[in-house]
Amino acid sequence: MKDQSVTLASDRAAAIDVKLIHHDMHVTNLGDRLFYRATQGFALCVLLLAFLLVLDLFRGSWEAIQTFGLKFLVGTTWDPVTHQFGTLPTIIGTLVKALIALLLAVPISIGSAVFITFYVPKWLRPMISYPIELLAGIPSIVFGLWGLFIMVPVIRALQIWLKANFGWFFLFDGPAVYGVGVLAGSVILAIMITPIITAISRDILLTVPRPQIEGMLALGATKWEAIWQVALPYARVGLFGAVILGLGRAIGETMAVTMVGGNSFDLIHSLFDPVHSMASQIASEFTEATYSLYVSSLIYVGLVLFGITILISLGAQFLIRRMSKGQVAVFE
Amino acid sequence: MKANKLALAVAFAMLYAGAGTAMAGCPTKGVKELTGAGATFPYPLYSKMFSEYNKACGVKVNYQSIGSGGGIRQLQSQTVDFGASDGVMDDKQKSEAKGGNIIHVPTVAGAEAIIFNLPGIQSGKLKITPDVLADIYLKKINNWNDKRIAAINPGVKLPDVAIAVVHRSDGSGTTFIFTNYLSKVSSEWKSKVGSATSVNWPGDVGGKGNEGVANSVKQIPGAIGYVELAYAHQNKLPWAQLRNKAGKWMDPSLDGAAAAADQKDLPDNMEVVITDSSNPNAYPISGFTWLLIYENQRDPAKADAVAQLGWWMIHDGQKFATPLEYAPLKGAAVKKAEALLKKIKADNQIVLR
Repeated sequence: MKDQSVTLASDRAAAIDVKLIHHDMHVTNLGDRLFYRATQGFALCVLLLAFLLVLDLFRGSWEAIQTFGLKFLVGTTWDPVTHQFGTLPTIIGTLVKALIALLLAVPISIGSAVFITFYVPKWLRPMISYPIELLAGIPSIVFGLWGLFIMVPVIRALQIWLKANFGWFFLFDGPAVYGVGVLAGSVILAIMITPIITAISRDILLTVPRPQIEGMLALGATKWEAIWQVALPYARVGLFGAVILGLGRAIGETMAVTMVGGNSFDLIHSLFDPVHSMASQIASEFTEATYSLYVSSLIYVGLVLFGITILISLGAQFLIRRMSKGQVAVFE
Repeated sequence: MKANKLALAVAFAMLYAGAGTAMAGCPTKGVKELTGAGATFPYPLYSKMFSEYNKACGVKVNYQSIGSGGGIRQLQSQTVDFGASDGVMDDKQKSEAKGGNIIHVPTVAGAEAIIFNLPGIQSGKLKITPDVLADIYLKKINNWNDKRIAAINPGVKLPDVAIAVVHRSDGSGTTFIFTNYLSKVSSEWKSKVGSATSVNWPGDVGGKGNEGVANSVKQIPGAIGYVELAYAHQNKLPWAQLRNKAGKWMDPSLDGAAAAADQKDLPDNMEVVITDSSNPNAYPISGFTWLLIYENQRDPAKADAVAQLGWWMIHDGQKFATPLEYAPLKGAAVKKAEALLKKIKADNQIVLR
């Protein structure tokens, strides 16, 4: 059932004779050479920018790194008065909110993408896709305001109900009446990352070749079986990439989470506890960081956030490579 | 001859008249632009003041409300002409200032209301003593029907509701004033938490900005929080009465803040936080906001401009304070502020005469 005509992107790249371009450089005209140098310059600019950013993160956090070292990552006290800084609660806060957001968003996004691709007639597709893409463009602060005034009272009512009926479960054994906290933060993140995951998943699923699905249907499968057993596994690498993109946004999201996240530095015990994420912590405290170690510690938090993002990205790349051992559609 | 003498007399008269208007607080050495940065608490007032100053003197003052910490940092590296802060600079910050000694000139005072969310209890009907307030924020008192709260509120029906403590998630001068007050009235608070623009709170929810705290208290039943008076007024949030040092129960008000500022024992350098003031009409949680200016300036023209601006702000500028819900300086506070401005020197010469 595998289509032999689909090749991996890396194979396609190898097939192009790169040497040909260099050989042509000596004989082609000035325009081509300038174009080559210009695009090379732009690429180098981007690389330089990334490099300088990382360098500046290290430079800014150097004082904190010297003072705390790696204990910073496991310290649970954030006390600007006694100059003690540790960021474990916010690391946990960030990761927990992002993961719960994924749990909520992924079924909805991929489900929507499947619906748009396989069930909606072609002429109707743009009309459904457009509002979803519009959601992706709404500024974070607007989400934050909407969350604080409209969503939080609803979450509060939900939390009170959960605590009254399922309070024995440790996740629901917390201050339900706050409204703001891990649950509120996760829900708003889920709402914010759904459009991205949906849009990319839809594009991925559109690249699944029709013959694959039609073949399955011809063998007697139902539409649901054809999608579940052929289309989704075929597209799994691209879908995974879409999810990782959503995760990246969830981890870095600042304004919306600051407004509904509860903003506390204590370790969380339940879904209802308030907690800072790393981004909201930096955004909240940076303007009034009145001494250099304080500023440096905040930049150190930024460095840790950057490190976590890189780790997730590398991990995702590794998993994608493992998953691509078979031949599948690749979204480049 | 006589006509010449008359012309000379008229010329001198005009010169003195011109000098007279310059003494109203406009720069005399031709500076047309000043830059400042710092505190967000007085920003609405400074915004109004600087626009009026522009009309009066033709001088453009560019103020960036990036927070007290940012203002202090900019002043330390001398990238702005003056800074503004809701908190007093500590020794370490002073030592990091490149231009030497910095004077703190108070411009206005403000009051902070303790707001709460208890349906059925109206504004001003709930009384809280200093030790009870500290213990609530220390998470030692956790329910509104605690007997200590009931003891100071006879006749008030207190519900069996958990107290949700709301504080600021961002660093702020408002927090500095509040924690300063708690440190003065509770030795346990002083040793466990301390006083700063940002502290390690014993618990509960952090809201972003005064508006975040006001909103959280409005939404969470059983919540308690601290906000600048203007926010309590505008959001119609009920506040508690606090007992001041003299034993009187006070509602938060501009008069209470002004009384707190008008103390008998104000230090000359005005680096005092006027919380828990001894004045019998004072509201306990009040605070100054300051302009931060280098005592020894490098540029005589700039020094003159900054000093004149400060002078104008503590005199003519004060009339804009009350409509915007800030307490104007009165009495001894103004005199001390004037004395501080007269210390500004450039090339070893006092600038204001």
